[in-house]
Amino acid sequence: MKKNIFYLILLLFFTFIFSVFYIGLDKPNFYTPKEVKNKSLEEFTSTELFSNEQFNSKDIIENNKFTLINIWSSWCVPCRLEHSVLMDLSGKTDLNIVGLNYKDKKNNAIKFLNELGNPFSKILTDPDGIISISLGAYGVPETFLLNNKSKVIRKYIGPLTKDNVLEIIKIIK
Amino acid sequence: MIRLIKFILLILFLILSFQKLLMANNNSSTVDKISKNLRCLICQGQSVYDSQSDFALSMKTLIKNKLQEGKSEKQIYDYLKNQYGEWIVYDPEFDKKNLLLWTFPLILFIFGGLLIYRKVFIN
Repeated sequence: MKKNIFYLILLLFFTFIFSVFYIGLDKPNFYTPKEVKNKSLEEFTSTELFSNEQFNSKDIIENNKFTLINIWSSWCVPCRLEHSVLMDLSGKTDLNIVGLNYKDKKNNAIKFLNELGNPFSKILTDPDGIISISLGAYGVPETFLLNNKSKVIRKYIGPLTKDNVLEIIKIIK
Repeated sequence: MIRLIKFILLILFLILSFQKLLMANNNSSTVDKISKNLRCLICQGQSVYDSQSDFALSMKTLIKNKLQEGKSEKQIYDYLKNQYGEWIVYDPEFDKKNLLLWTFPLILFIFGGLLIYRKVFIN
């Protein structure tokens, strides 16, 4: 009787271990960050790419109902792919699109914009990537849709797609 | 004689290796200490300290700046946890979700101890 209980416990134990690993097999082993919603974006000050003027993020965000902050760089290949989508968005809506130029050289950034167009109302610079980290970004490209109180309504990690643009248009309407 | 030489060599080796260890400890700053405890979120299986990715390099600069601002280690961890979530630190905090993770070894330990106790003292 005692032995039976022992084997039963052993069996249950191994079944438990087996099921944990079996369920674990299906889980992807890369980390996909949870969508951050209704979190406030941290305030930052940065230099504008063209005018070299200092801007505070709060001032830019407050004056518009919605603001889209797009982190991009001329050396980033997915940003190149994304750019047409941003151009499309800026053409279709009057959304305030602010670029955050990540770890880039000024010449290269300007060349990139001359070649592919400039969808941004302002381009702030982030030469050492610290601003992006303080916003909670993972890399380039990354996009935040904010309301005028700096609340993050949507966060898109990776290049924006056409579907994302449709979603953004729906939200800001 | 050979024994003695071997013994001296061993002592020398130990002294040298300790010295190296001490030097390494002196050189590693608080930035290194903090970044070793942070997970590089865009690399697989690397800490921020180990990684040379743009994310990790920016993170290290940010930590340096925060330290210069006079922030404590805990404040920096809390700040990053707030930005990136619990996942960024290697040491998970104790909460309802990982209750089993923390208590399971203890339960196993007590269970094992009971088994041994019964075997040795009762039988």
